[in-house]
Amino acid sequence: MAANVKENSLCKKHRRPSDIILQIVIYICSALVVALTLGMIIFIVIRGCEGMSWNFLSTPAFSYPYENYGVLGNIINTLYLVVITMLVATPIGVGAAIYLTEYAKQGRLTQIIEFTTETLSGIPSIIYGLFGSVFFYNIFKVNYSILTGALTLSIMVLPTIVRTTQEAIKTVPAGYREGSIGLGAPKWHMIRTVVLPSCIDGILTSVILSIGRIVGESAALIFTAGIASEINISSIGDIFSKVMTQGGSLTVQLYQYAQRGGAELKYAFSTALVLLITVLIINIAAKLVAHSVRKKRG
Amino acid sequence: MEPLKNVKLSTKNVNLYYGENHALKDINLDIATNKITAFIGPSGCGKSTYLKSLNRMNDLIPGCKITGQFLLDGEDIYAEGVDTNVLRRRIGMVFQKPNPFPMSIYDNVAYGPRVHGIRNKSKLDQIVEESLKAAAVFDEVKDRLNKSALSLSGGQQQRICIARAIAVQPEVILMDEPTSALDPVSTLKIEELMNSLKEKYTVAIVTHNMQQATRISDYTAFFLVGEMVEFGETEEIFSRPTDKRTEDYITGRFG
Amino acid sequence: MSKANAEAVGTVSAKATSGIRSKRSGMTDAKEHVMKFIFTLCGIVAVACVIMITVYMIISGAPAIGKIGIIEFLFGDTWYAKEEQFGILPLILTSIFGTCGAIVIGVPIGLMTAVFLSELAPKPLKNIVKPAVELLAAIPSVIYGLLGSMLIKPVIYALEEMIFANDPTHQFTGGANLFSAILVLAIMILPTIINISENSLSAVPPEYREASTGLGATKIQTIFKVTIPAAKSGIASGVVLGVGRAIGEAMAIMLVAGNSANMPGLFNSVKFLTTGVVAEFAYSSGLHRQALFGIGLVLFVFIMIINFILNGILKSNKKTAKSEKK
Repeated sequence: MAANVKENSLCKKHRRPSDIILQIVIYICSALVVALTLGMIIFIVIRGCEGMSWNFLSTPAFSYPYENYGVLGNIINTLYLVVITMLVATPIGVGAAIYLTEYAKQGRLTQIIEFTTETLSGIPSIIYGLFGSVFFYNIFKVNYSILTGALTLSIMVLPTIVRTTQEAIKTVPAGYREGSIGLGAPKWHMIRTVVLPSCIDGILTSVILSIGRIVGESAALIFTAGIASEINISSIGDIFSKVMTQGGSLTVQLYQYAQRGGAELKYAFSTALVLLITVLIINIAAKLVAHSVRKKRG
Repeated sequence: MEPLKNVKLSTKNVNLYYGENHALKDINLDIATNKITAFIGPSGCGKSTYLKSLNRMNDLIPGCKITGQFLLDGEDIYAEGVDTNVLRRRIGMVFQKPNPFPMSIYDNVAYGPRVHGIRNKSKLDQIVEESLKAAAVFDEVKDRLNKSALSLSGGQQQRICIARAIAVQPEVILMDEPTSALDPVSTLKIEELMNSLKEKYTVAIVTHNMQQATRISDYTAFFLVGEMVEFGETEEIFSRPTDKRTEDYITGRFG
Repeated sequence: MSKANAEAVGTVSAKATSGIRSKRSGMTDAKEHVMKFIFTLCGIVAVACVIMITVYMIISGAPAIGKIGIIEFLFGDTWYAKEEQFGILPLILTSIFGTCGAIVIGVPIGLMTAVFLSELAPKPLKNIVKPAVELLAAIPSVIYGLLGSMLIKPVIYALEEMIFANDPTHQFTGGANLFSAILVLAIMILPTIINISENSLSAVPPEYREASTGLGATKIQTIFKVTIPAAKSGIASGVVLGVGRAIGEAMAIMLVAGNSANMPGLFNSVKFLTTGVVAEFAYSSGLHRQALFGIGLVLFVFIMIINFILNGILKSNKKTAKSEKK
């Protein structure tokens, strides 16, 4: 080994070409990801502006008596889907999470529920679409309706809400809980006054993220909520009866424009721009809430 | 005390800052070849920080600034153009918590040689066996070299880590409280091992166990709040400390 | 929080006056039971959904498979609805090849980006790459489809024209082929791969990196020889999730795959399991529609297999995590 010592001079750089190559590869891959994202967004913004107008945003699409391109009808349909889905899925999801974390004894049932929520979250949306179209047809006897779409989406976002709520509940310090239980407070009282208030922002984040997923969903809706783009609201009663009629979301409308191609392509991009901005706002909102949670806990 | 002969590592006027925090103050210390030098002192006194600065592990910490002179066989460790990877091959390190990689015992020990370009299987076999023997753990693991190193006991894991450090044939081995996470039996084994290690290597060890320092080390340096208070032969330091603070510490008045 | 606690104290002290052995008021007791019942019900709904989906997929998919014959259905190489020929082998193979292609392209890029984020990136660069990945995950799949048909298809068409310029037997696809679909899927699975790999790389104990550095390994050597191997099961579960996402994706590849039920070939117009269903569902009826549900069932089985694999990986993860703690 003595011979080694001189050769071992500290300043003798051992260059490793493989290191440099790998490092370059890593930087290229990361740059590629950023370039892809930026490129996609810039492309949509530029192409989306072509067909964008106040008329596009403020009228629904119809083809009689003349061809009109607009997304208001689809925006309203999307809103319907979001509201109904969240009204159904949030209480059930939060309830299931409370059951899992607060009531259930660690045993077979909780294992099954956890396994199934995991399974649900892995099922692709097209399967939800197929399932929803048969299952809710058997119940409502209509082929396509906003309600069918919304209920299908409820099942789809349920696992996300359960899981994230569970995570949020688990972060509530045990001390809070013990403080309340130790004083003899009944369980539901403890949950209502201690657990839920301190994880409400966690639940809110998961709700916002689920809304993002609903807004971007298409495959599960095409067989369930349909493709109509009329507004069809002329009286107060219509607001409620609309849920039993067909209603295409923004994504479905975008798909149709894109499929038809030609002159309608620019409206596909305009719809994409509307979608993109909506999704961005939703994501930023989720970030802000999550940030405020971290700050509070911080 | 007379100046040391055969200095392996020499440090002069070492100052180290973590941001605003002045963690090492004007340290002057020499480490002798083929001897064990122990660093003692209460926690937070800078002994581990000093140890880590000897093979530039502090470089990894953002906001860490070091001044002063570090010489390994007369070569400046912190000079521009120094390849830290070569430096760390020459000055190996064993950490406080046994930290074998999550791979087989063999691959753990062969890791260093492989990183430094040895591919030959029989050469690797030989290095692994010799290193495990030198770390006094060969007999315990020779039948399960392909088992995960994580399946071993803490004491065995630490000796695997020592074997791993030896396998790159370093000149100096730095040990940062290598037995603090181990039971007394494993500790004893590692202490015995260290006595045999110094025949080939220069060893510097941080310990907060003063009995350990007296049992194994030839020289001892006492650190206190970033300063090196006293340095000398271990026997001298423990029997006739010249500084009041050293005396207070080794007699257990604080720490 | 303090208000809530005060409230709790209030109710309890009120009760305490009535003696230790006194039961809670009937009202509270009833409320407790009702709430517990409701929460249990919510938990059961989640299970019921999975059971219902499974049952319905089987009820709706099995008849077609029964009528067509399972061998004929799964291994028949012709899908031609007009002639009632329902062999989905080309669809199955396309889905498998398409997914593999997406993995082959997406995993290395995703893993390298994850390495960049967790090991190498200086803060300012991380603050650019990370939001980009989040955005990529947030973009709806129809938009991927639109962009794929506008940006990827023309490029692939140009490539196709170049390669097959002198091949009179090649059926030109105009860029709507398996290759384009693979590229779109590869981009779509990137966020999944990146996020999960980054998390598992960051979870590798710093001691491993320290030990490797202490042995004189360079940063890149440490990453590739210690950090990535230590995170391998986490990365594997990311890959499996990516497989699940790619095999189930429909809308993004509708416009770029070509939609003819050919056997998979990079420059063939192809039909995936998913795109087959979406493209034909609206106008299908009778045995044709049942056959589409049969495709749905096959897809469902694929996903279930993937789920089981994932579960296996996660379980072995937990086990090793436990043994490492020891």
